[in-house]
Amino acid sequence: MNYNWNWKIFWELAPDATGSYMSTLVNGLAWTMATALAAWVIALLLGSIIGTIRTTPNVWLVRLGDAYVELFRNIPLLVQMFLWYFVLPELLPKALGTALKQMPNASFITAVLCLGFFTSARVAEQVKAGIGSLSKGQRMAGTALGLTLPQTYRFVLLPMAYRIVLPPLTSEFMNIIKNSSVALTIGLMELTARTRAMQEFTFQVFEAFTAATLIYLFVNVIVVLLMRVLEKKIAVPGMLGSAPSTPLAGH
Amino acid sequence: MFANFDFDVIQRSWKYLFFDGMAFTVYLTALAMVGGIIFGTLLAMMRLSSIKPLSFAAGTYVNLLRSVPLLLVIFWFYFLVPYIGAWIIGSPTPIKVGAFTSSLITFILFEACYYCEIMRAGIQSIPRGQVSAGYALGLNYWQTMQSIVLPQAFRNMLPVLLTQTIILFQDVSLVYVLSITDFVGAASKVAQRDGRLVEMYLFVALVYFVICYSLSILVKRLQNRIAIVR
Repeated sequence: MNYNWNWKIFWELAPDATGSYMSTLVNGLAWTMATALAAWVIALLLGSIIGTIRTTPNVWLVRLGDAYVELFRNIPLLVQMFLWYFVLPELLPKALGTALKQMPNASFITAVLCLGFFTSARVAEQVKAGIGSLSKGQRMAGTALGLTLPQTYRFVLLPMAYRIVLPPLTSEFMNIIKNSSVALTIGLMELTARTRAMQEFTFQVFEAFTAATLIYLFVNVIVVLLMRVLEKKIAVPGMLGSAPSTPLAGH
Repeated sequence: MFANFDFDVIQRSWKYLFFDGMAFTVYLTALAMVGGIIFGTLLAMMRLSSIKPLSFAAGTYVNLLRSVPLLLVIFWFYFLVPYIGAWIIGSPTPIKVGAFTSSLITFILFEACYYCEIMRAGIQSIPRGQVSAGYALGLNYWQTMQSIVLPQAFRNMLPVLLTQTIILFQDVSLVYVLSITDFVGAASKVAQRDGRLVEMYLFVALVYFVICYSLSILVKRLQNRIAIVR
């Protein structure tokens, strides 16, 4: 293979003259994590609400929740990014749309919203499965004690469901980190985008991609280790830490 | 809101969108599905193998590719495939690989990891006794796999395999970053040429939604049918 390896490239000055290529990549990682964490807040909040209303006895709430999940699951993430970035500002009232387009961090905010909503549909699936895996008696016991439906959810069902769905939620969190790379198509300079830029400036294709791969792996390992500690603390005693039978397909 | 929309742009370009763009997307999805399921099943058999190096290699490969974003993998292989090709045929310079071949290899190798996990669960769902029974009848490993384990594993996992294929169909849109004319790529070319981003992207979203939603309903029906028969 005729390829000139040059691993020292990471310590050379990047064209933006603010630091080495290494610091560019680390900076990219910071953007990746910021995007993923901010989007995760939205995903967890919205996903919990949608997932919960899909288990209520009210048919219309269930249908609303189902429609929400189907909407976000059946359109590719890339297309959703374009919808949020290019289409939404045009559909809003003119002044608001222009303000949106001129925001200093437009691509970051768009990416966070898009990823948050996209992942919320998947979180909703998990939360629904978690509540569904509880035995029917729990809900009945709650209402028999005189709790209202919201109280039953608040004090009986949700505390158990969250402990059960933690493992699948961990993998959703890793997905959100990986999926944030799609934001490079709307100009967010996160890790993959910076790797690509580095490759274009230096032509050191494989060094750049190796570094990015290692960084993603590193983040993965950290998340897995942290979550393992949390899972141990939170696991319901007597249950073998098994997640509800969640669909295997997915990213 | 829709007053100054120009839906004429779709009428003008739908032939290009579907016969160039969507045809590419569907073709790539179909080939990647077949290749991915075959390679994924092999990987699953390796992962479950009692030969340690084999299961270690397959496990490492699957876990590695599952922990990096698909976009990064697409970039990796876009640049790596010409070098691997040159290495295989012993050419001193990187060979020229078309965008289609490059993305097909990427999707087969990447989606195989996800198909592998599905097939692994499928194989593990078959009781050990059936494998032992196969051996007791004098079948060897490949015969047992081929005529006892894999047919049942495929059958049990068919709905999940198909759901994963719907996801693959959506993932193919990411070849957009290589400026390939898939469905999204074709739409964005027309959109930028005619300055009609809003109409085009809404149309693309609608088409994807209709296709994926119908497919997922079909998969659900199939799942019910299989569940009743078993």
